[in-house]
Amino acid sequence: MARMKFLCDAERCIECNGCVTACKNENDVPWGVNRRRVVTVNDGVIGAEKSISVACMHCSDAPCMAVCPVDCFYRTEDGVVLHDKDLCIGCGYCFYACPFGAPQFPQAGAFGMRGKMDKCTFCSGGPEPDRSEAEFKKYGRNRLAEGKLPLCAEMCSTKALLGGDGDVIADIYRERVTRRGKGAEVWGWGTAYGPGKQGAQPPAAGGKS
Amino acid sequence: MRRLRVAAALLAGAALLGLAACGETEQVVVYKQGKYQGKPDSNPWDNAPLAYGHTTWKQGDKASWENEINTRNLSQNEYRRIYNQ
Repeated sequence: MARMKFLCDAERCIECNGCVTACKNENDVPWGVNRRRVVTVNDGVIGAEKSISVACMHCSDAPCMAVCPVDCFYRTEDGVVLHDKDLCIGCGYCFYACPFGAPQFPQAGAFGMRGKMDKCTFCSGGPEPDRSEAEFKKYGRNRLAEGKLPLCAEMCSTKALLGGDGDVIADIYRERVTRRGKGAEVWGWGTAYGPGKQGAQPPAAGGKS
Repeated sequence: MRRLRVAAALLAGAALLGLAACGETEQVVVYKQGKYQGKPDSNPWDNAPLAYGHTTWKQGDKASWENEINTRNLSQNEYRRIYNQ
């Protein structure tokens, strides 16, 4: 059974923001909400600059699911973490719990009031009829129901961002690392999909967790 | 004598009140994983395939949908896609 995951290769990401643009366009995400963003560390330092594309990682043991007071989160059979916007009260607990800063809140209401939470859906919509207008308006495009993968990963020009079945993308990455002989550390992989209890994941020796 | 009795009763009452805290249960919050309360969602393989570009996926067949996804997934490997290795 497919277990959907994201993997970002910091050796390859060139900070082009193509994934961000693709996500915004494909899901018609409103202004002020960024489901995906590119983070760069050591900007401008030659040899030390690294960029990664970050969004909801659809964690194996998702902290957002644990803290939600109205239990609006669910996990699909493919391991995608989704939520019901009809139930969400915009409390923001999930934002504080998420290690990736994935949950976003539109500031559309009066006095800057937080709206209902919005986040990456792995391009698989939400609890509305698949490929319907209602689903698109609330959650964005449902590409999985079209037999496709998330657009951010599919249109990444350097294939730094891989998305799909965890086993397959891990194999692709393994082959890549073997060929180039460096850059085996995957940012966020251990935090999102690591074994054991939440918070008990030790960082990889000499690497990033 | 009566005053002494009242005082003794008051002291006994105060001692009982003081001990009452010993019976308090532990007030540490126990977090429990919640159960989803929202609307049910359908599976992606239950949809009809699009009119173009699909060769193996049949509506309602999970295995063929996974095969479709797997094919697309492997196209993210440029060693395979470009050099056909």
